[in-house]
Amino acid sequence: MTPLLILDKVSVRFGDVQALRDVTLTVQRGDFVALVGANGSGKTTLLRALHGVVAHRGTRRVASDDLLRQAMVFQRPFVLRLSVWHNLRLALWLAGVPWAAHAQRGAEALVRVGLADLKSRPARALSGGQQQRLALARAWAVQPDILFLDEPTASLDPSAKKEVEALLEGFAAEGMTIVMSTHNLGQAKRLASRVVYLDAGQVQADLPTPWFFSDSLQGRADKFTKGELAWSLE
Amino acid sequence: MSGFGESIRTAFELVVHADAVLARTVGLSLAVSGLACAVAAGFGLVGGAWLAVARFPGHRLLVIVLNTLLALPSVVVGLVVYLLLSRSGPLGSMGLLFTPTAMVIAQTILVLPIVAALARQLVGDSLRDGGDQLRSMGAGPLTCALLMLLHDRWAVVTVLLTAFGRAIAEVGAVMVVGGNIDGVTRVMTTSIALETSKGDLPLAMALGIVLLGVVGLVNLGIGLIQRGHGSALAGVR
Repeated sequence: MTPLLILDKVSVRFGDVQALRDVTLTVQRGDFVALVGANGSGKTTLLRALHGVVAHRGTRRVASDDLLRQAMVFQRPFVLRLSVWHNLRLALWLAGVPWAAHAQRGAEALVRVGLADLKSRPARALSGGQQQRLALARAWAVQPDILFLDEPTASLDPSAKKEVEALLEGFAAEGMTIVMSTHNLGQAKRLASRVVYLDAGQVQADLPTPWFFSDSLQGRADKFTKGELAWSLE
Repeated sequence: MSGFGESIRTAFELVVHADAVLARTVGLSLAVSGLACAVAAGFGLVGGAWLAVARFPGHRLLVIVLNTLLALPSVVVGLVVYLLLSRSGPLGSMGLLFTPTAMVIAQTILVLPIVAALARQLVGDSLRDGGDQLRSMGAGPLTCALLMLLHDRWAVVTVLLTAFGRAIAEVGAVMVVGGNIDGVTRVMTTSIALETSKGDLPLAMALGIVLLGVVGLVNLGIGLIQRGHGSALAGVR
């Protein structure tokens, strides 16, 4: 596999809080990486560090001469008070996609996520699941090399969750590289090819999914997967 | 109470008889304040949006100064503009004093801090909600801020209505720089001040009622447009 993005000894600090400590991680092209860990373990910060939108110490390196096209989908999708279609066109414009390609790219993206019939609807009138699908359409439309997902189904009901998971499976099958933070171990097991376990801002385990969910884990990672990790102020 | 009754009757008669002087005065009031708000919107919205995202030494001080200017006394603005535009002032050669243009300049200065301060607050609040998403999509800081003005456009309309209300209701600045010249720079508020000083309180009160009615109609029109927009969103806003 080809490395796509490399973090080397990356640390992030927010005031007194050390959010990441000397994290070294390589994302390979075609990977579907699930970042798991308890609340406050640094999953979202690691996603942002990978995305390059947070100030950090250490090195973030793109292992390609080409410009890395990236997209990110958040737990609570933010859509502008515009129509579904205009939200999509805006994403294409911000990503620098040529104007002439907007109509085709946008239409394909809406078909891809099943929102083609709702293109004229105000985006804010969509349900939570539909808004998340619109967020995925915006991300897919810019044809990213790597897609970051921050707990994309955490605020969705089971049926919307299933729809979003199906879309992510499809994206991964098309070869898109995906890095997703999640609390849902079942989801990580179903979707990811590789699981990274974070604890107190450090990578404690980085294993192919079948290995991660075998009995090979030890210590706090093992306790976390079994739901036995005690919450403490330490 | 009879004074109020007489004022309301006089106001009604002025409107029903389509008094030409009243119509001209109302027209000039709307034109001056509307133009001042338009100019202030151009500078204030962009300036406020920029202040919401810009970080530089003295930024906090600038925000404090801007917020302080919300309490700018209109008569002080009138005085400053008067000094600038008077014959001996730096802009005296332009001959703008005692013209509607001078009144527009004064009211623009008066409402600019309102537009900029409220826009800064509005954009800042929206960026906390969706700034990360827009930045992750490739938007630069100023683009994010301007997109938030688009996102919150109906709140922006409310900001502009607030500014318009402040402009059309003030008397100090337009009195000083306009001079209350009949048929040239006389607006509703200076008319009210004049009639009050002449002792014709019912007419002054009637003009006040007409002024409130005109502003009310402007607000009603914009409110109806906003309501229509709200219905289009199926009550989700």
